[in-house]
Amino acid sequence: MNSRQNGTSAAIPLTLEQKPMKTYEQINDRIASGKAVVLTADEIMDYVDKKGLTAAAEEVDVVTTATFGPMCSSGCFLNFGHSKPKIRMSEAWVQDVLVYTGIAAVDVYLGATQLRHGDPANMYHPGEFRYGGGHVIEDLVAGKPLQLFALSYGTDEYPLRELRTWFTIHDLNQAIMVNPRNCYQNYNVAINDSDKTIYTYMGTLEPNRKNAAYCSAGQLSPLLNDPSYETIGIGTRVWLAGAQGQIYAEGTQHAGAEARTPEGIPMGGAGTLALTADMKHMNPEFVRGVSLRGYGVSLALGVGIPIPILNADILKRTCIRDRDILAPVVDYSRDYPQKTGRVIAYVSYEQLRSGEIEIEGKKIAVGSLSSYHKALKIANLLADEIRRGDFLLSPPLACLPKDTAMKPLVIREEPK
Amino acid sequence: MSPIVTQKLMLFFPRCECEKPIIYHLVKDHNLIVNVYRAKVTPEEEGYLVLDVTGTEEDIAGAMDFVRTFNVSINTTGRGVIRDDKRCTHCGACLALCPTGALHIASAATREVAYSEAKCIECLKCIKVCPFGACASAF
Repeated sequence: MNSRQNGTSAAIPLTLEQKPMKTYEQINDRIASGKAVVLTADEIMDYVDKKGLTAAAEEVDVVTTATFGPMCSSGCFLNFGHSKPKIRMSEAWVQDVLVYTGIAAVDVYLGATQLRHGDPANMYHPGEFRYGGGHVIEDLVAGKPLQLFALSYGTDEYPLRELRTWFTIHDLNQAIMVNPRNCYQNYNVAINDSDKTIYTYMGTLEPNRKNAAYCSAGQLSPLLNDPSYETIGIGTRVWLAGAQGQIYAEGTQHAGAEARTPEGIPMGGAGTLALTADMKHMNPEFVRGVSLRGYGVSLALGVGIPIPILNADILKRTCIRDRDILAPVVDYSRDYPQKTGRVIAYVSYEQLRSGEIEIEGKKIAVGSLSSYHKALKIANLLADEIRRGDFLLSPPLACLPKDTAMKPLVIREEPK
Repeated sequence: MSPIVTQKLMLFFPRCECEKPIIYHLVKDHNLIVNVYRAKVTPEEEGYLVLDVTGTEEDIAGAMDFVRTFNVSINTTGRGVIRDDKRCTHCGACLALCPTGALHIASAATREVAYSEAKCIECLKCIKVCPFGACASAF
């Protein structure tokens, strides 16, 4: 921005569309009094086409966005409370899935992609990966009884050296989901250029470009409706699997500086969000273990994020349609694993949702890892919560960076 | 003459009747065209057979009477591959790999995934690719 460069903020000329119309406080007052006008990001385009941008921006308070899909960088902190006698867990398993114990005595971190003890993984390729961290998290939220097995080396104040018990989420002091990376702003479309089937986190890809897989809610996805992070930032209240949570940081691998269309829409991964919420308030429908053949386990999560319509410009950005969003088509047999950076083509989400894309003259059947159906349900559930006055908006405490790129991992010699 | 129809059937053999050439009789005595999708018929065990039969309604009815004399139960709605609606998240991971469109988008607006059992040829790919374990085989 010019104003940043010359160090003055008073000089920014606001366009008519950027002119503030409402504040967070005004919107929250309307929500609290049950008068807020809320639409989903799936409905807003037609509404704005009908009403006109300025009139709609005056009228609409909130647009809800949502996504549902596998988000590998997810997990949770659990606190078990103390047994009698006490134990300082040094190794622990929940449902035979290893949890991280390198923190305080009875705190553990359970990660979504952790395999169950004894899973043969890809020893007999492709492995099935029927149960792992993501499934434990699903069962925990569903209130099922789970087995805890813990070992310790024993200390004077924590003498117990082995413990086996059963618990549910209700027995825990805390079960807090803390996800380092959710809600990728955009994502690759995966295809397979090789002559044999490959098994990836994007699903099974048949040889010679027989099928393609994408993973984004497109026009409904949170960060595609706020591409420049004007309202979604650190501290924003979000709907995480039915619980009210927060964005606690930029997500890992957040790369706001990713290449963009002239309209400012990222043409690749770009932004990500780190999310947290109390699992005791989550709805198990939106916390689902994932088994990806030949790849591993993961966790599919539902996330909803409200966008406050502070001005017409913000509203205009929520009117994005699938046809305006491009995703890079990438070969997962060689280019992705070898990090060549090659993008075969760009396709729009409108093309992807038609069920077939055409790449270099060949028609390719398309599947998806992200559920638009569930995302739509979440956007409507969140809209209802806001209309009922049960979900207030919070202004961000800090912005997500727009200028960061993703660094590679360099394999170096030991420094002399 | 009544019209030729095709019907998908799943036959369940409580105890093995596999020493009897049932399929042979369906073809030879009841004039049916038989297309077997999947069979699991092991001596001394329960068995399953999923197949299409094509013929006149009279011939199919006669063939069914014949099959029932072997204590075989007939499921005319197929059901060799079952989809659990509660486990399905409608992500669409199955769509590009289902060869017949049995798994398909029911509504462009809601992007709900639906399953037309009659179109299923029991290739079992959906069972392997569903990330949520929503598809399962009856046998």
